Amino acid sequence: MSHHIVKFENVVYKYPDGTSALNGISFLITHGESVGIVGANGSGKTTLLMHLNGYLLPSSGVINIGDIVLNKKTRQEVRKKVGVVFQNPDDQLFMPTVYEDVAFGPINMGMEESLVEEKVKSALNTVNCLELINKPPHHLSGGQKRAIAIATVIAMDPDILAMDEPSSNLDPKSRRALINLLKGFNHTKIIASHDLDMILDVCERCIVIKEGIVVADGSVQKILSDKDLLEENNLELPLRLQNLKI
Amino acid sequence: MRFDEEFFNLGYIDKLAYQNTFIHRLDARIKVLISVLFVISVVSFPKYEILRLMPYFLFPVIFIALGDIPVGFLAKRVLIVSGFIFFIALFNPIIDRKVAFYFFNIPVSYGLISFFSIFIKFFLTISILILLVATTSFSGICYALRYFRVPEIFVNQLLFLYRYIFVLFEETMRMVRAKELRSFGNKGGDIKSFIKLTGNLLIKSIERAERIYYAMLSRGFVGSMPYLRKKRIDIYDISFFAISFVFLVFFRFTNISTAIENFIKR
Repeated sequence: MSHHIVKFENVVYKYPDGTSALNGISFLITHGESVGIVGANGSGKTTLLMHLNGYLLPSSGVINIGDIVLNKKTRQEVRKKVGVVFQNPDDQLFMPTVYEDVAFGPINMGMEESLVEEKVKSALNTVNCLELINKPPHHLSGGQKRAIAIATVIAMDPDILAMDEPSSNLDPKSRRALINLLKGFNHTKIIASHDLDMILDVCERCIVIKEGIVVADGSVQKILSDKDLLEENNLELPLRLQNLKI
Repeated sequence: MRFDEEFFNLGYIDKLAYQNTFIHRLDARIKVLISVLFVISVVSFPKYEILRLMPYFLFPVIFIALGDIPVGFLAKRVLIVSGFIFFIALFNPIIDRKVAFYFFNIPVSYGLISFFSIFIKFFLTISILILLVATTSFSGICYALRYFRVPEIFVNQLLFLYRYIFVLFEETMRMVRAKELRSFGNKGGDIKSFIKLTGNLLIKSIERAERIYYAMLSRGFVGSMPYLRKKRIDIYDISFFAISFVFLVFFRFTNISTAIENFIKR
């Protein structure tokens, strides 16, 4: 199947203040792949994710999402296909209750009220948070907020899930629950993170970016065991591969 | 640290709104409508009226009793706002000095009467609005406002205000803490650092607003927010509305205090 591909061709992006964040980045992600995107702080990971659903448009280069070329006209279409989960769930949960928040996307997509309710419940069920349905977001814990943020996105049935640091600020148990959750998804997944152990668990493929270009792209085992490559990019071997002795 | 206390205060009114009592269960639309009618009815009395406002105290009392709202909570909030009203009403006794009647040989001016009238009206209207917020979930109020065709732009403001005031408070609290931990009781540069802190907070908020907008866009926002109905109007809602409405009309168009007085005299 080729309809859920993500293809970047020489994508360049300069912020209005002149900082260039992406400097001709190219890659192809095919249907059903799960890809970890790693790199130092400021290497362009977040900027890259912001391109995935057309919040930012490339200064030059071409992005294909499925068979659609991303541009100003097609970005509403693209947003239905790509669900983005942000770094800070407080930015993502903006409605007064969990229900309304999860329903926001489906309603905007023009779904009927009864169908919306079904969607919301099944999305919340997937992330094991159905009992929080009527709570306001500011009464939730960090882990719960993160889970709801993911539910808001999967309620829209995206083909592609993109996440920015999904495991940050989570306690180990919530982090493990998140990893198991992500493993259970059949979507194409794109995960930007510094949590290399999580990437090792969830992804099959890993892309390393540095100063806005791809410096390595390959199987997750190969890349995340390459000590020199990782250290060059302000990273280190995943804890699991470090043979720590206490 | 006072700021921390204020933060938990803010959460308190919110907690009250999530109780489950008769008043809380009523449909938000009914409560909003009754509150608005109540306010209009109270405000529509002429400026020297005091006696006929008294029956209206029944409403806050019923809200407090049935809604399980602590009286101290309400009194404190009304007191905080009353400063403004005090200065608005302050000049009435000074300007309007015509004597209305003598109370044990002490002249009571019309200005003084209107001063008290303003205060009572203020107390009634503010307390009913605080009680409305303390007994209704905020999303319910927003839905009700949209239902009554309040322009969406205003309702959206309220919605976001409510959602993000907690986040903003938390952010401020963190900054105030960080500042205090490094100022070692030194109060000298307080104003200066306060100015910088506020500026910083503004920039942070703008950045956050941008991220929120991004989050909205990525979930298909194209200019209008969905407002969901919470529940259907049931028999309790209709009876509450009917009874309240009858009382409001009755209080407004008959003079109950005098009627009671006449009844006792007879």
